[in-house]
Amino acid sequence: MTQQGVRWTADQVLALAPDDSSRKAGSKLGAAGPWSEAGSSDEGTVWGLCRGSGGKPYQTVVDIADAAGPAYKCSCPSRKFPCKHAIGLLLLWAGGPGAVPTAEPPGWAEQWLEGRRKRAESKRGEAAAGPSAGSADPEAARRRAERRAERVTAGATELEQRLSDLLRAGLATAGERGYGLWEETAARMVDAQAPGLAARARELGAIPDSGPGWPVRLLEECALLHLLDQGWLRRDRLPAGLAATVRSRIGLPASADGPPVRDTWLVLAQYDTADAKLTTRRIWLHGVGSGRDALLLSYGAAGRSPELALPVGLALEAELSAYPGAGQPRAALGEQFAAPAPTSVRPPGRTPREAVARYGEALRDDPWLDAVPVTLERVIPAPDGDSWQLADADGDTALPLAPAALSRPGLWRLAALSGGAPVTVFGECGHRGFTPLTAWPEKTGEAVALC
Amino acid sequence: MNRTSAPDRPAAQAAPAAWEELVTSALLGTDRRPPATGGPRRAAPVALLDAAALETVRRRAGLRAAPAVRRPDPAADDPRPALPAAAARRLALLLADRPGTGSGGRRGTSPDLKELLPQWLAAANGHGYAAPAESLPALLDAARGRTDLRPAALTFAGPRALWLARLNPDWRFALRAAPGGAAAPGPDTPERVRQVWEEGLFSERVALLSALRSRDAAAARELLVASWATERAEDRLMFLDSLRTGLYADDEPFLEAALSDRSRNVRATAAELLSALPASALARRMAARAGSCVSVDRTRDVPAIVVEAPLECDTSMERDGVVAKPPTGRGQRSWWLGQLVEAASLGSWSRRLGGRSPREIVALPVADGWQAELHAAWCRAAVRQDDAEWSRALLGAPSAPEAGGPGAVSLAERAKLLGTLATAERAEWVAGFIATHGLSEAFQLLGVCAVPWAGPLGRAVVDALDIARDAGSYPWSFSGVMGLAERCLDPAEAGRLEGLLAVPDESEDAAPGAGGYWAEAFQRLMTTLRLRATMSEELAPPRPSGP
Repeated sequence: MTQQGVRWTADQVLALAPDDSSRKAGSKLGAAGPWSEAGSSDEGTVWGLCRGSGGKPYQTVVDIADAAGPAYKCSCPSRKFPCKHAIGLLLLWAGGPGAVPTAEPPGWAEQWLEGRRKRAESKRGEAAAGPSAGSADPEAARRRAERRAERVTAGATELEQRLSDLLRAGLATAGERGYGLWEETAARMVDAQAPGLAARARELGAIPDSGPGWPVRLLEECALLHLLDQGWLRRDRLPAGLAATVRSRIGLPASADGPPVRDTWLVLAQYDTADAKLTTRRIWLHGVGSGRDALLLSYGAAGRSPELALPVGLALEAELSAYPGAGQPRAALGEQFAAPAPTSVRPPGRTPREAVARYGEALRDDPWLDAVPVTLERVIPAPDGDSWQLADADGDTALPLAPAALSRPGLWRLAALSGGAPVTVFGECGHRGFTPLTAWPEKTGEAVALC
Repeated sequence: MNRTSAPDRPAAQAAPAAWEELVTSALLGTDRRPPATGGPRRAAPVALLDAAALETVRRRAGLRAAPAVRRPDPAADDPRPALPAAAARRLALLLADRPGTGSGGRRGTSPDLKELLPQWLAAANGHGYAAPAESLPALLDAARGRTDLRPAALTFAGPRALWLARLNPDWRFALRAAPGGAAAPGPDTPERVRQVWEEGLFSERVALLSALRSRDAAAARELLVASWATERAEDRLMFLDSLRTGLYADDEPFLEAALSDRSRNVRATAAELLSALPASALARRMAARAGSCVSVDRTRDVPAIVVEAPLECDTSMERDGVVAKPPTGRGQRSWWLGQLVEAASLGSWSRRLGGRSPREIVALPVADGWQAELHAAWCRAAVRQDDAEWSRALLGAPSAPEAGGPGAVSLAERAKLLGTLATAERAEWVAGFIATHGLSEAFQLLGVCAVPWAGPLGRAVVDALDIARDAGSYPWSFSGVMGLAERCLDPAEAGRLEGLLAVPDESEDAAPGAGGYWAEAFQRLMTTLRLRATMSEELAPPRPSGP
């Protein structure tokens, strides 16, 4: 892991930081000054002592070889995770072998590693023993699922009624009644144990304030919510794949029980969205051999970074298992056969015309889909009035950028990277437009994260 | 996606009438406006939602790519080599550390990254690297907030930054700051120069003249002479001022003619420029005038300088730039004397004052309290005429007791005098000064020393900081010097700081807790030095370049 070529870049390290302030604090610690006795082992462990303001230096260890992403341990009292010392240490290590030589781990680091290894083994043991032990009582589980289905059905029926009332009175009244109506509806759907319906209902509340054209968007979203309700209420008449998609859209729990697919997965993008309680991290992967796109989700409590971190520009040799549902990109990371390593392989690209067609086809499997992951090849970012588009360098078509993408700093990094020349851009292509997430310069060069 | 200018707006023109109808019906309510699609078997709102769901998915599935607008013209090529990877990462870190995000007052032990950005840019420009494209937005944002960074940042950012700045109004300053383009050294063919000079805006002409002056002093002057008579007075002043760069003897006839200019400010500037040419006729005239006022009185036991200030300011003096009316509070005669001595060629004094060297002249006592006036004027002359020997004499020995006190020569003047000395000598003098007088007065003097500080100077500063710590004061009394040291000390000195990092036992007369703060300050100093050493290693080309 710590062979020269596999050292991470500073960007990759900084992507692990839970927020901006720890990113900054960590980058200040990424120099030799405060560190002593730093070292790294061939097994993928980095450690060091960091002198802080107190007398006793902090002991920081990071295990980067773990399949589920790096693990950290630091004796500092910070509640950030990873703390600035771990970030600083990894930056130091990323800087080159000079500051962090290969060595044997000291006692205190070895102790922690030992504990981790033991835990991992016992876990693996449990997993192996898992299926035979089975869940406690399949009959009870079935009854629980049935009760939940009843509640969801009641919720979906109630939601249908509310939508009908709304349409009968007219959407114009929704604009006047404001956010409260939808908050209450969302709360009812939470009670009905249908988080997917709750989230959609909550989003409806924001549409009347979303600028010109809101009645159209509100009608679209109401209609799709209605479609989801109807899908649930008649799920027994749907094909299995679509029924699973409906269950997943409603927000029912599912396990990633698809067959494991082993491949070299390129990390195409990683980005976080946060609300008051939860940070959600999305990681887009592309299988070099299978040509499949997959989405890994990872969650963290507010203020903590989600545990899984796969910086853009790496590739990992691993097995992924898909979650159920037709057209659902979500997958779970299974066994990893080698630690993630930098790669120069790029995903195959399409033209804007093909990208839009791909979104259209994907709607066949999942009509609620907002966007599909797409890599565009040879496109030129071009300003278009107040907006921007990605224009096909060899044709006359273009994809407009999604409005939300226009205010992000990534837009300017994309423009700068292009300089008027064609670039390769990975992003999400949907009915709102294209959201660029990662870009590659025309000829050679590393991936540049835009999100 | 068949939407061009506003992707979020419905594609009203392309939408079929059926969809329009649904939207209207939904907006007004099915009670008031039943949808046409409503069948007998389902309630009107449900029928509307059914139809709308079908239409929504149909519309989304049927999206088509938009027609492409005009693509921007490609940015000019940047032929400079790319940054080494480690240096590119360092740049990203330096740029991520924005001002105003620090943890407030106390600085802790970590380096102040934004203070290192100017140095990093200078070094990168020294190597002639091109900026990584993806760093340009952050680089432009940094330069937008800090005007002092702009020249170096824009040079480094290169042509693509100008291309980018045209697309974003936030970065318009970049276009203003580089009229000819920081990367393009300006027009180089004589015809193009002539054209810009004759047709360009004032700012373009000033930029052209300064650029040309630094390349070819004579050509710039000739350009100016050709149109001199037709320029406006305030423009003439600015143009004249650009001759300060590379001023040399051939400029004299032109400047001499400008002494008769209609504008008083132009005359004064011409006189000032001429007096900076010791061999000029004006400097000689002033020397004759000044010489008649200053002489050595040999009748005393110890020879001393006696001063007889001028009695009047005649028109020929005024033509040579002497301002007749003194500022409020100053005596006329001493005011005139000061101006004469300041403009007089320094080389003439030796002859005038009995063949003495500058050092001997400065050492002579001055009668009747004229010393301050006379020495101050000599200081100004030494700076203006860039005369190292006189500067040395006026500075005196750094360890002399009056060097530290409020002597005849102020700190500001000493800093200017030091500017005329070679870098090694300058550093040595300041080192001597610090060794004797400590750091409390040294800030201004350190500011004129070349970076990184020469060995003796660096050692003197570190020793003085150590002494200040032992004396029991708090480190923030020296925060200015500390900050300078972080930026200017040679990274090779980092090893010498090791011994200073320990928190010493608190002595009785020390300020409470000072030891810990000092250890922290030294820790930061050392970390910063290490970081600077790493930074410059990262910037070194992979293998020796060039033939």
